[in-house]
Amino acid sequence: MSNAIIELRKVGKWYNSYHALRDVSLTIGKGEKVVVCGPSGSGKSTMIRCINRLEAHQTGHIIVNGTELTDDVKSVEKVRKQVGMVFQNFNLFPHLTVLQNLTLAPIWVRGMAKSEIEEIAMMYLRRVRIPDQAHKFPGQLSGGQQQRVAIARALCMRPEIMLFDEPTSALDPEMVKEVLDVMIELANEGMTMVCVTHEMGFARSVADSIVFMAEGSIIESGSPAEFFENPKSERTRQFLGQILEH
Amino acid sequence: MSKDNPSQPSAAWAASYEEEPSQAGVPPSPGGMTALKPFGWAKDNLFNSRLNTVLTLICLAILWFAVPPVVSWVLLDATWTGSSEACREAVGACWSVIVVKHRLIFFGTYPFDEQWRPFLACGLFVAMLGVSGVRAFWRPWLVGAWALVLVGMGVLMWGGVLGLTHVPNDKWGGLPITLMLSVFAIALAFPLSILLALGRQSSLPAIRSICVGFIELMRGVPLVSVLFMASVMFPLFLPEGVTIDKLLRALAGLTLFTAAYLAEAVRGGLQAIPRGQYEAADALGLGYWQKTWLIVLPQALRIVIPPIVNQFISCFKDTSLVTIVGLYDLLTAATVATTDPEWRPFFAEVYVFAGLVFWIFCFSMSRYSQWLERMANRYNRR
Repeated sequence: MSNAIIELRKVGKWYNSYHALRDVSLTIGKGEKVVVCGPSGSGKSTMIRCINRLEAHQTGHIIVNGTELTDDVKSVEKVRKQVGMVFQNFNLFPHLTVLQNLTLAPIWVRGMAKSEIEEIAMMYLRRVRIPDQAHKFPGQLSGGQQQRVAIARALCMRPEIMLFDEPTSALDPEMVKEVLDVMIELANEGMTMVCVTHEMGFARSVADSIVFMAEGSIIESGSPAEFFENPKSERTRQFLGQILEH
Repeated sequence: MSKDNPSQPSAAWAASYEEEPSQAGVPPSPGGMTALKPFGWAKDNLFNSRLNTVLTLICLAILWFAVPPVVSWVLLDATWTGSSEACREAVGACWSVIVVKHRLIFFGTYPFDEQWRPFLACGLFVAMLGVSGVRAFWRPWLVGAWALVLVGMGVLMWGGVLGLTHVPNDKWGGLPITLMLSVFAIALAFPLSILLALGRQSSLPAIRSICVGFIELMRGVPLVSVLFMASVMFPLFLPEGVTIDKLLRALAGLTLFTAAYLAEAVRGGLQAIPRGQYEAADALGLGYWQKTWLIVLPQALRIVIPPIVNQFISCFKDTSLVTIVGLYDLLTAATVATTDPEWRPFFAEVYVFAGLVFWIFCFSMSRYSQWLERMANRYNRR
């Protein structure tokens, strides 16, 4: 694909003797929304954490927006500036206010002026519908609000790509929707998104393609229609059977 | 209405001591209504079980036997202004020894007629420390003010300019030595300890081994031997003709020793920071020093305020060990004061007084740390 923004070629990773990723190859085009699913321990989190090198891969190649990730700190810095990440446990900085959480990295990494980025940050807080919480500390917010702050924080760096690592798994059920709504909006604006999630409704309506992983390998990938209606492998059918039963 | 609103201190308490909520020992009185009446309170808290009743009675008995003799020795039977003969006849404490010897205790062998200089220097120093503790004054000008005060203190203590006679620093003694040694040792050891703690967690084996080696060496050796080494052995390594002041060598020894202990306290804080904080900082593209300075240290240091202040207090008291390398700190000067044959019988009063001076400084640090903790943990409130 010529407009590929993320490219994984035969990526392998081990934790000591545990083989976490086995020859994972995946190409994601600009503006594409990819949902990664699979049973726990399948390597889906490890894979997306390799894309911004929170984890280092050991074999194969990962190329993000034209930069290959290597041990070279420069390449890692360059990629991280273009890739935003949202974590399962939000990982907001508890000692900083919501607004400071948003402005910290743009000020220190991008060298933006405080007044300028504060205005942008407020714009993002309005978009995730919590501008009135700007001066509170993360500990004073609900889980859903914290996760929306985390999304706004990543967006303030103006990333080309957004990674979501189980963004709704740590939330109370009634807060899942407010976070998914923000993610859907983001998807509609054309952001490139890679999302590890078990929210199959979200996958069905938003994803351009769904990647199913098990035991460190990609078992199959395809459009939501194909994936849900006509899964190719037995392993996929088994997984879908388990999560769609309820 | 009860004078103090019970919900407020307990909220602050819970915020700063989340891990040990029952530290107060006395369980909170149920309902709070009974707290208004002293008898009800005593019944609920002191006599609420057979064991507690016995313990309360034992404590009362101890107080009954201990308090009156102490009070009469310290206050009622004490001599405040008399001569040493008057003291010998009295049964209580002889506080006149303090009146007579306080200059020697506070300023040691500093020339008697010039002792207003160390007095003024100490006053400036303590005032500046007080100012530095106030949050509203944490502004860039504070650094300039410190520079001015330090220069001013140097001029006062050493003299030799502005018509002040020169006083070499082997004449210094008493409170200025204790204050300056401890404050400078703490001020230098603290940043050093942060570097050591970070180095101990470094992924670079060379840096890690140096830091671990240094910390373990310093922690494994008594402070007395560190001071001896700094004072006796260190000069042996210097080229001939080069000497480093005795005070400076003691300061170096004290600093390195304190830094090793502080480093372990700081490391405890670093380890308490969840991995997700590092990952979030990495994902945002912050570099190592940015991550450390903006995310990790602000959280880690807040957690370890109690052990850090503990170490500060310990360092303050440890300065009294510099006597073994021939420096006159407050306690040594007090000891010298007791060698006067006329006042020799009243050494206890002199030590009580020296202890009181130490206690005032240590207690201030302790109170300040409690305030600092409450302020620093504001963000924990919900």
